[in-house]
Amino acid sequence: MWQVDEARIEAIAIGAGILGTGGGGNPYYGKLQVRRLLRQGAQITVIALDALPDDAVVVSVGGMGAPTVSIERIPRGDEWLVALRALEAHTGKRATHLIPGEIGGANALRPMVVSALAGLPLVDGDGMGRAFPELQMESFAIAGIPATPAALADIYHNVVVFPWLRDAKTLERYARAVTVQMGGAAGYAFPMLSGAQTRATAIPHTLSFAAAIGEAVLDARRMHADPIAAVCETTGGHLLFRGKIIDVQRRLVAGFARGWVELEGLDEYRGTHLRIDFQNEYLIARRDQDVVAVVPDLVCIVDALTAEPVTTEVLRYGLRVAVLGIPAPRALRTPEALAVVGPQAFGYPDVVYQPLPGVYGAEHAERLR
Amino acid sequence: MRIGIDVGGTNTDAVALDGRAVLAWAKRPTTPDVTTGILQALQAVLQQLQASPEDIHAVMIGTTHFTNAVVQRQALDRIAVIRLGAPATTAIPPLEDWPDDLRAVVAALVEILPGGHQFDGTEIAPLDPHAVTALVTALQTHGVRSIAISSVFSPAVPDHERTVAQWLRDALPDVAITLSHEIGRIGLLERENAAALNACLVSLAQRTIAGFQQALERLGIRAPLYLSQNDGTLMTAEFAARYPVLTFASGPTNSMRGAAFLSGVHDAIVLDVGGTTTDAGVLVRGFPREASFAVEIGGVRTNFRMPDVLSIGLGGGSIVHLEQLTVGPQSVGYRLVECARIFGGTCVTASDIAVAAGRASFGDPARVRDLDPAIVQHLVERIDQQFAELVDRMKLKPDPLPVIVVGGGSVLVPDTLPGASTIVRPPHAAVANAIGAAIAQVSGEVDRVFSLEGRTRDTVLAEARQEAIKAAYAAGAARETIEIVEFEEIPLAYLPSNAVRIRVKAVGDLRGAA
Repeated sequence: MWQVDEARIEAIAIGAGILGTGGGGNPYYGKLQVRRLLRQGAQITVIALDALPDDAVVVSVGGMGAPTVSIERIPRGDEWLVALRALEAHTGKRATHLIPGEIGGANALRPMVVSALAGLPLVDGDGMGRAFPELQMESFAIAGIPATPAALADIYHNVVVFPWLRDAKTLERYARAVTVQMGGAAGYAFPMLSGAQTRATAIPHTLSFAAAIGEAVLDARRMHADPIAAVCETTGGHLLFRGKIIDVQRRLVAGFARGWVELEGLDEYRGTHLRIDFQNEYLIARRDQDVVAVVPDLVCIVDALTAEPVTTEVLRYGLRVAVLGIPAPRALRTPEALAVVGPQAFGYPDVVYQPLPGVYGAEHAERLR
Repeated sequence: MRIGIDVGGTNTDAVALDGRAVLAWAKRPTTPDVTTGILQALQAVLQQLQASPEDIHAVMIGTTHFTNAVVQRQALDRIAVIRLGAPATTAIPPLEDWPDDLRAVVAALVEILPGGHQFDGTEIAPLDPHAVTALVTALQTHGVRSIAISSVFSPAVPDHERTVAQWLRDALPDVAITLSHEIGRIGLLERENAAALNACLVSLAQRTIAGFQQALERLGIRAPLYLSQNDGTLMTAEFAARYPVLTFASGPTNSMRGAAFLSGVHDAIVLDVGGTTTDAGVLVRGFPREASFAVEIGGVRTNFRMPDVLSIGLGGGSIVHLEQLTVGPQSVGYRLVECARIFGGTCVTASDIAVAAGRASFGDPARVRDLDPAIVQHLVERIDQQFAELVDRMKLKPDPLPVIVVGGGSVLVPDTLPGASTIVRPPHAAVANAIGAAIAQVSGEVDRVFSLEGRTRDTVLAEARQEAIKAAYAAGAARETIEIVEFEEIPLAYLPSNAVRIRVKAVGDLRGAA
């Protein structure tokens, strides 16, 4: 069990940004809100997944919508709590714990806001171990836990509850349509899990993991060491490339920003090129035609000097970056998971998922201090 | 003839230009009141030319004065920040992430009132006139004279910012009001921060720019006065007095624009070699390439686009360690003329090495003759390698690019560099900043979310381009010279709503200023 404090928030925001693999929204705004709540005296407690009692009622909360909306119409601040209360009212069950649906990007921080406002402890884990664009990609749904009942809330406290939908993919479609009507960003609460279900399906230790990544980066910067090496060390990741961005192509396909970025090598990668395809998140990295990393393994672009994460929205000509490949959590590498989060699910019928060597850092206990 | 003036931390430079010809230039120390330094530099230029004030058609000033005021927390106004966005946006109030010392100095009042718009242009909430009336009383109680107003999605729909500004002006005719949509882009907190920084600077800007105008009047110059902006384009003195924040990055921008003008090369890498550092930037079609990260000024996060500049600790005054065979990053700085061997000092600097290697001839070459030629050769190679790496890091393509060298330490740069197609050393490189100010153009910009509903993409793109061109014309551009220099189309991710954010910038030459 540990408490979230201001120093941890700084670290988690950096770690969540890196685990966002280019998408997931900017954790900066959530960081400011949580910091403000902490300064007002709020307590945020994190408990280990193993410590969760069987009969706990765990709810995953977070935000859905367009990052471009979220940086302009920033939240009211309690949308996620209102969605949680609506889900509780519908089911007649009170939540005892909260869990992030997605540790990558902005959704790592929103459950902390709800935790501070509602006084509920957080579980150290999440439903993705990274960021993904769609709801059915959560480990809960992949493991067969029904996505509904589910609740959405907006800045006016308008609430929409979906009592029953046939599967998570259907919820993804319906919830996305409602989110547009809610102004392009909404708070969500779903699924509601038992303690036993959570222990069986969540990706463990990911809040500690995000904090450890951020702390490694901050320590390296403070000591003028290489923050990129520090990220690799903590995450179990591999340095795939160093280079500068020489081309970016984007287009809008069915509401998702798809495209690719091309890098030209620097230092030991001079004379080679790397191309990364993205759909909000980075999906596939190819070095001179050879596939070097494939979703669900994490492909991350970070600033070459500071290891600050570079999201797909800020990709620009001339940025000097490092590209990292981090092995995906075990739960995302099963055949059932790969059907939902593997290259085929993102429209690459011919790409074979070749797992990066090694283990996702959160599953390697010594990496978490 | 046009006059360009660069007011830097150390020197105030003035140049006179006629068409493409540099007629005269002068360098004078910057004075604490700024005005005296300008007056002295201007007088020197006019004397050299034997010109009369009537010959001057326009005066352009670039200055770091307002940036320095924020960094040093000096001469700042106490402000109110009013955000229109409730019930949204209350999660993070205005000024939340400002450094405590700055907030303590400037923040008098912070409010979030109903208002603002959704991404599709519908109102989040109607404005509340009663809330604004209550606010007027609070503003009077606090004696606030400068106010920043931000509203959600105001770059797309500025109506609420304008309406509230009008209500406040009706009640408090003497207050200065900064509207966020006039200075920033999408990204509420960053745009609001920029508006609030601007509000802090309004009194200083009014005083400083009045000082500029008095200096011109004392010399009998009646030509219009412009100030240069971050992006290398101009604003009128009247606009600059209301929006001083727009001058923040004009220094490196003017230097690169001046280098492009003096050399006639528009796609190149610019090396500005000073006494302590070398700044490298990239010119794309004559304009500096912009950095892509949020930029902090005095500890405040803003979303200005700033030129992408990379600095290394290598300049004319860089200290050489003969034992370790290293150059820099420590420097003797402006004390070069007393410390360097060639000027009679005891310190070996990069300039001494350049002279010993026969690359430059200034000072007294006899004073470096005792240096071991093998060591000199080795150090020259170290210097060249640092420049070559810097050039390579700024390049986008492996093809060689021209490198334009400006600044007082430019003799350090060799005549050939790996990755450089040519080394261009334009005349008057020492006053490239002031020349950059003198040649600046005017611009118009559009940055908002467009709906593609029921319209073709081409129609929408054409509409955005037309809006930018109109804005450039309204800012004073000669119509036949206006061209689109930047175009960016960013789909709204995670939303199946057929909306796209488009950013277009158009620039043109100033009307009537040859």
